[in-house]
Amino acid sequence: MTHEMVRLVEPLIPALRRYARALMRERAAADDLVQDCLERAISRWHQRRQDDDARAWIFTILHNLAMTRLRRAAQRPVHVALDDAAAANLSQAASQEEGLRHRDLLNALAQLPDEQRTVLLLVTVEQLSYADAARVLDLPIGTVMSRLSRARERLARLMSAEPRKTLSPPYLRSVK
Amino acid sequence: MSSRPITEDDLNGLIDGTLDPGRHAEVSAWLDAHPEVAGRIALYGEQRDMLRAAFAPVIEEPVPTELDLSRMIAERRRPRVAPRWAMAAAAVLLLCAGGVGGWSLHGMAVPPSEGVLALAREAAASYAAYAPDQVRPVEIRASDRDVLAAWTTKRVGRAVAIPDLAAAGYRLMGGRVVPTEHGPAALFMYDDDRGTRLVMLARPMRSDRDMPMAPHAEGDLNGLAWADHGLGYSLVGAVAPDRLHPLADEVRRQIRSEA
Repeated sequence: MTHEMVRLVEPLIPALRRYARALMRERAAADDLVQDCLERAISRWHQRRQDDDARAWIFTILHNLAMTRLRRAAQRPVHVALDDAAAANLSQAASQEEGLRHRDLLNALAQLPDEQRTVLLLVTVEQLSYADAARVLDLPIGTVMSRLSRARERLARLMSAEPRKTLSPPYLRSVK
Repeated sequence: MSSRPITEDDLNGLIDGTLDPGRHAEVSAWLDAHPEVAGRIALYGEQRDMLRAAFAPVIEEPVPTELDLSRMIAERRRPRVAPRWAMAAAAVLLLCAGGVGGWSLHGMAVPPSEGVLALAREAAASYAAYAPDQVRPVEIRASDRDVLAAWTTKRVGRAVAIPDLAAAGYRLMGGRVVPTEHGPAALFMYDDDRGTRLVMLARPMRSDRDMPMAPHAEGDLNGLAWADHGLGYSLVGAVAPDRLHPLADEVRRQIRSEA
């Protein structure tokens, strides 16, 4: 069982870190979330059905933990200013122009409601099928599709409306 | 041309590459005839590429040590290999054999205090009294968790969260109110598949109201005590310190997240 779990889950850890980073934004908070997720996965592995897709299964755990934390943080918000360092966390040696564009994108992404941001990230960045995204989000597939459309539309509007000026209110909150 | 109308789902499918080749061709042809929609779809495609590029560096980062899955699994198992709990409990009983008349716990001959040191001593004493008990280790069983929570809250005078250590392999057995020199305390007891028992004691603190976590030990019995916002906690068990520490961290994390 252990070998099977390591074989199936270990290759997914970089992607879990990526989704966590996109949601929590801050590296430490994101990795803390992934650690929690892996601990839960270890203790629940025996409950997983054999034919269950490991990727959708573990993304579901991660997603639910992330939503709990973000909700909790929203109840007693400790705002952390969105700074360039946070953006630099993600960008490789980008040119100045690319850096700004990159920050626009992250700012716009930050302004999407959670329900749209999560769908968009799962489908475009994690490249989950619509069916797997529906499973992770525990939604009917039609709802996933309509949220995806709304997310794309809104992100495009946000990026064209705010050409790199003010910083948006950050969705990141530190979770201690 | 197909008679099926083009839907938003088709447009999303085109961006995400989920259409079969036939439909893909139909949607592309339709977009050629509808340049205003085509512009929007091209923008969404660009958006997708930017998002992927923005988060791609995370994939390249080395995975931190804390996320080493094999090690996490190994650490979870290690302590269960050698549970010397029976021996440890015997040792504790010996240590506590001074009885009520003369608490002179070996290695704990510290002057009475109200703070975390006293709490650690009280936790060890409660462990010695209740953990070896095969008949009635707890007064209220885990199945009556709500009753236990209500009772301890009432007697301790403050809500004491009952941590869940199931993910770490320890089940809640139940708990009780126990006397200490500094008033009633809440005791919660846990055990694992091997019968290794852990005791958590919590009571209000008059001094040391906020204290970082500190280890304490008597023989094979190890403990970690800390205080948060005027409530003191000590988690004790005949468990190696490196095994107990993550459990205590987890307890503290849960209590803080419920606070």
